[in-house]
Amino acid sequence: MFSLQLRDRGAQFARSPVAVLALIVLILLPLVALFAPLIAPQNPYDLSQVTIFNGRLPPGTEAFDGSMTYLLGTDEAGRDLLSAIIYGLRISIGIGLSSALIGALIGASFGLLAAYHGKRVDQAIMRIVDLQLSFPAILIALVLLATLGSGIDKVLIALIAVQWAYYARTVRSVALSEMAKDYVAAARSQGLGAARIMFRHILPNCLPPLLVILTIQTAHAITLEATLSFLGLGLPPTEPSLGLLIANGFEFMLGSEYWISIYPGLALLILLLAINIVGDRLRDIFNPKLEA
Amino acid sequence: MTEYLIRRILTAAMIILAMMVIVFFGLNLIGDPVYLLVDPSANQAQIEEARRHLGLDQPIWTQFWIFVSNALHGDFGHSFVFNRPVFDVIMERLPATLELAAAAFVIALSVGLPAGLYAGLRPKSYLSRLIMGGSIFGFSLPSFWVGIVFILVFSVTLGWFPATGRGDTVSVFGIQWSFLTWDGLSHLFLPALNLSLTKMAIITRLTRAGTVEVASQDYVKFARAKGVRGPRLYIKHIGKNVMIPVVTVIGIELGHLIAYSVVTETIFAWPGIGRLIITSILSLDRPVVVAYLMMVTLLFVVINLVVDLLYVALDPRIRLGSVQD
Amino acid sequence: MTRELLEISGLKTHFFTRGGVARAVDGLDLQVGRGQIVALVGESGSGKTVAGFSILGLVSAPGRITEGRILLNGQDLVGKSDAEMARIRGDRIAMIFQDPMMTLNPVLRIDDQMIETIRIHDRKVSKVEARRRALEALREVGIPAPEARLRNYPHELSGGMRQRVAIAIALLNKPDLIIADEPTTALDVTIQAQILYLIRKLCEEHGTGFIWITHDLGVAAEIANRIAVMYAGRIVEEGPTDAVLDRPHHPYTEGLIRSLPEGQPRGAALFQIPGMTPSLLNLPEGCPFRPRCHRASEACRAMPPERVSAETRFRCFHPANAAEGALHELS
Repeated sequence: MFSLQLRDRGAQFARSPVAVLALIVLILLPLVALFAPLIAPQNPYDLSQVTIFNGRLPPGTEAFDGSMTYLLGTDEAGRDLLSAIIYGLRISIGIGLSSALIGALIGASFGLLAAYHGKRVDQAIMRIVDLQLSFPAILIALVLLATLGSGIDKVLIALIAVQWAYYARTVRSVALSEMAKDYVAAARSQGLGAARIMFRHILPNCLPPLLVILTIQTAHAITLEATLSFLGLGLPPTEPSLGLLIANGFEFMLGSEYWISIYPGLALLILLLAINIVGDRLRDIFNPKLEA
Repeated sequence: MTEYLIRRILTAAMIILAMMVIVFFGLNLIGDPVYLLVDPSANQAQIEEARRHLGLDQPIWTQFWIFVSNALHGDFGHSFVFNRPVFDVIMERLPATLELAAAAFVIALSVGLPAGLYAGLRPKSYLSRLIMGGSIFGFSLPSFWVGIVFILVFSVTLGWFPATGRGDTVSVFGIQWSFLTWDGLSHLFLPALNLSLTKMAIITRLTRAGTVEVASQDYVKFARAKGVRGPRLYIKHIGKNVMIPVVTVIGIELGHLIAYSVVTETIFAWPGIGRLIITSILSLDRPVVVAYLMMVTLLFVVINLVVDLLYVALDPRIRLGSVQD
Repeated sequence: MTRELLEISGLKTHFFTRGGVARAVDGLDLQVGRGQIVALVGESGSGKTVAGFSILGLVSAPGRITEGRILLNGQDLVGKSDAEMARIRGDRIAMIFQDPMMTLNPVLRIDDQMIETIRIHDRKVSKVEARRRALEALREVGIPAPEARLRNYPHELSGGMRQRVAIAIALLNKPDLIIADEPTTALDVTIQAQILYLIRKLCEEHGTGFIWITHDLGVAAEIANRIAVMYAGRIVEEGPTDAVLDRPHHPYTEGLIRSLPEGQPRGAALFQIPGMTPSLLNLPEGCPFRPRCHRASEACRAMPPERVSAETRFRCFHPANAAEGALHELS
């Protein structure tokens, strides 16, 4: 019966051609990122392949030694921008997805804990969740980065800290409504342990809404990381995500070398649009009670 | 009603106190705060002097009390970078940020509310689909990238609007405002639009969802059965009910605008507290960072309070203290 | 032939859904005279509510009126623009809804909701005058302390009070016709009786025509001058209340009467019509009641024409009580 439901929902998803296109993009981009070394025309961080003489060349220019053509031009250090974008995609997706998954794990655990224990535990956890959610994500990230300092691990911590509360709130509300159902009482009466009931019985029912938030939160995390990197508070220059690439190009944009900033921006835009369109469609289909 | 008000104000005070505890003890846990609060180039004797001067040789609860009472008096110490009281540094820049956030808020509302109402009332029309599609762009596009594109298109290429600064300002009550001069207004437009886009998308979607729900209610059919139609139906009978849930979220969004102004202010070189906090973090000017945090918390709490009161004014069921269900 | 207040003929309201065309109202004929209460009786899904909304021009997409005429005082309402219909709604035709908890706008005061009903139809009436008329209407429906009630919000009133307010709103402009969709179902029995009495009195005093939409034949028997039984989008039997209840011709009417608790021996199981209301998306060919009918025959594979007895008209090939008086076939 569950697979039938799934097939129905798949059919419902496919009714929107835009959503299908977004889904295809969403499958392709991570593959591109994963196989970056095989796909990218050059390794932008191998100094033997990059020379400053090729700096800031417009799209379609050939390298001075004729070794390759820069389809999207080069940045100020003479890197092929297309390659830099493909490698940047790798970092952006990697950080966004891993922070969303860890955030989901932590948030879902606290959500289940709150729902299962109720009373004091629930109140304490939800107080913190509500308080955190009343502050904008970027502010919390700024506070953490200001006190912790910068670096890839700090950025990850900040992104996870920003996200966990969303998962906790959603999982708690779904779990609460699940626990009111008969099968949980039945499982309890059979003497099943709390952990077993939570993870084997309640958690699976939380998965559809969790999936929806996971999609949307991944987009949020990627955006936030890009924003922080753009502001100079995120990743170090050795880990150039799309946000950092855009920031690097910003100073040249007011001249006429727009491509250094705009193409990484377009890549980021396509990635985020694809995630959000798929997420939006999923939300319409599963229709869980989600707040904006 | 008064009891409700008192309860709300108490909650607000509790949040501010909680934030003070977090900031204060956070600083103490991370390291000896004296190093955070004196100039990094100070020698040992100066540090000891500062420690005594700042009261850091006192027991921790005494210190907390001093911190709280100083904060309540607006005393957050001296900025290393500006070498002036932090409070003054922030207060100078706050009007610019408030002006930017308010302008963005007005833009987001004046586009988002009608667009959402329309999309909710005519869900199948092409314009509605365009609005909803556009709203996905609105919250997918990273704000900083949109800002860059705005500058590229409207400033660099078309030359319609200036790209940086506040332009000419006029002093009213001793505060500088941009929106009162034509030049200032043209400087304000791009950053305000940039800052408003995400919120515009959220308000549009929220209003649409609310409208779809309200429009299917019996009281709307009943109003139509009475002969009500047109603007009176949409604004008075539907709009007023949609506003109740929307207002809460809108208030929170206004707070977010102030926080997200860090991005817009950095791109457009807008001289507000958002740009200040970024440069302060980068230059390790901790007193400014702490003060900014307390300030923004206070702003949030005040905004939430105002929203609660607005909510009460809108919904007679809460106002009259007799919610039945 | 004198014109009745309302004459509906051949009305079809269809819903064009993804799953097909739902024929909610499919050839409805109904007359309502001045001061007359007609009960439109049927199960949920019989199209009775859609019929009510069709008269008001309030059928919303994907539904629309595809055929037929709705004459109010001889004037056809079908094909009028929404602006023209809005001038008629609340003025010449008013409606009362089922759930009084949901019909009044929660954020508007009672006076606001009443005064606007008067002033959108006649801008010349001053606010003071409109308020006076609102007060009078509240008094007429028996609301105590009407001045205070005017300043209330809906949630401050009980369900019965809210329904009285809704009735008062319907009466404000002295309409020719009031359509009430199960107006007493959500109320408890004593209040239901009061409202029934109130409406009958008002109808007599003002000469207002009344369509009372209900699934409850018992309520219909109590209030209506005439009963029209609706099944799958059509009237299957219609006539004076006593005639329909005492000498039903259509087996569906018969079933409805037998399922009433009144007149049954105590403890006897109530009769239940077998089967379910058919899906409007694929009605059986011929008589739609055929699958549930104990008298169905091969003949019923064709749609039965409308026939008349002495007092009633009905659509059935095998009517009960057929012996008394000749039955005429209508072309």
